[in-house]
Amino acid sequence: MSGGLADLHRRYGAGPLHLAILLVCFIVAAYALTRVILAGILVGFVLWFIGAVILHDLVAFPLYSRADAALQRRRWPVNHLRVPAGLSALLLVVWFPLVLRAAEHNYREATGLSTAPFFGRWLLVTLALFAGSALLYVLRRATGARRTGRKR
Amino acid sequence: MLRGEERPPGPFFRPEFWRSPLRGPWLTSVFGIVLLVGIPIVAVTGLVSYAAYNPRLPGNDITPERGLFGFYLFDWPTSPIWLYRLTQGVHVILGLTLLPVLLAKLWSVIPKLFAWPPATSAAQMLERASLLLLVGGAVFQFVTGILNIQLFYVFPFSFYPAHLYGAWVFLAALVAHVVIKLPTAVTALRSRSLRRELRTPLRDTRPEPPDPHGLVSPAPAPATVSRRGLLAFVGGGSLAMFGLSVGQTLDGPLRRTALLAPHGRDYGPGPNDFQVNKTAASVGIVPAETGSGWRLTLVGARRMQLSREDLLALPLRTYRLPIACVEGWSTEQAWTGVRLADLARLCGATGDGGVYVRSLQRGGVFSHASLSAGQTTDPRSLLALRVNGADLSLDHGFPARIMVPNAPGVHNTKWVRELDFRPAS
Repeated sequence: MSGGLADLHRRYGAGPLHLAILLVCFIVAAYALTRVILAGILVGFVLWFIGAVILHDLVAFPLYSRADAALQRRRWPVNHLRVPAGLSALLLVVWFPLVLRAAEHNYREATGLSTAPFFGRWLLVTLALFAGSALLYVLRRATGARRTGRKR
Repeated sequence: MLRGEERPPGPFFRPEFWRSPLRGPWLTSVFGIVLLVGIPIVAVTGLVSYAAYNPRLPGNDITPERGLFGFYLFDWPTSPIWLYRLTQGVHVILGLTLLPVLLAKLWSVIPKLFAWPPATSAAQMLERASLLLLVGGAVFQFVTGILNIQLFYVFPFSFYPAHLYGAWVFLAALVAHVVIKLPTAVTALRSRSLRRELRTPLRDTRPEPPDPHGLVSPAPAPATVSRRGLLAFVGGGSLAMFGLSVGQTLDGPLRRTALLAPHGRDYGPGPNDFQVNKTAASVGIVPAETGSGWRLTLVGARRMQLSREDLLALPLRTYRLPIACVEGWSTEQAWTGVRLADLARLCGATGDGGVYVRSLQRGGVFSHASLSAGQTTDPRSLLALRVNGADLSLDHGFPARIMVPNAPGVHNTKWVRELDFRPAS
């Protein structure tokens, strides 16, 4: 028995639980895919599924890490900028159909209201984030800045 | 080694390209453990929502090809009346709250995406294939959910089957990932003290010791932020997502805090001034159909037609019941109307066969709905005529709408024209 296990380890590269759980995973996924086919949405589903990986790993990630790197090239209190900028960008990325009014037609049909106020709200939150961060920076400088402020 | 001698195809594929001094198994495991608690709650509440639609009743199933994925379906209860409000609110708001953690988790493991060679054993190859399902499934579920609650239907498929089957792909990959990685994560979590990390400022922040998983950078840059700073940043993102959206699940003054959430809007101070979902105009309801000529058709042992005046002359009941939408928002209002059970008796039925509700609404999946026997006979289930003491507004379903305790919003059919109490054959 242990000889068989060792053999599996040598040929497969991991233990039987590893193999079993991955097989279960692929069986469930394959069954889900048959449901997707029956629902008649295969092409769109697969495109969006693969697209989701590409969108995150090869578009969103390089974009935000490059933006962050650019921010660090300057001599300024980088965290007091990257935190509000990052949070503001997050809110925009999540709520862009409302903020940029992309969903205006459906939204008006459903709610009877316009998406117009959302841009101002996002801007307000963004300003509050930057203002709060700036205030924190000033307070830290004023109180001796023994923590993060001075170690650039 | 399968292809160990080949040169990596680009700079991304060299470990020293990844220079963040914070990446490491401990940090990844912290994000992982938060997701391990949160994602199952989002998943279970999502699967519960499917059951809440009572898809086994005629006309209710939007995913009739579900097959084995319907194994757990059960008759959706009418009590407690706030259950769907809670579960679906949690599903949507917790999902939004976990997004920054998911992004942080993906950031923390991104060097492994570019590991070279891609796999050194069959086990690794299979595992990486499952990670495609995991990452694809996670991003797919979050993206479709987030777009759907904003009514931004740009995806080339119906939301319901895509989000349901996408969930099963994601969950299958997630279970495999947890089974494989949990021992590693537990070891990594024990390798550092969270309390000590929370006391460690930037100047004392050092990389984690080199790890066999390739998360720790072999050429770390100087730290620009402490670990606790990064955790605070991610937590701040979650707090912002939560704080700006949770208001759409609440009534009262806190609802106004939903600055960035689709359905936390203020309509004014009147009795009908609460969240509308589907205006009458958008589904082709014209005033002529809802005026004095409107009749409600009851079908049971006999068929009869009632005017709104006839209905108002029947015994009226008032209950405070929530409308809770699959999109996560909810609101509780005081509804006045005739019990569905009374209407069933009126046309010679019992309600034990449930009821099939038809709307004036033209087309659309929710122009009709089946209610179960339990939903039909619950004394709080109403054909509502008034809300908060006033006649329903046209956008809230005038002349009459269904209000069933704990039912998903779309089953509280508006602009009702027919109630068919005959048992489905």
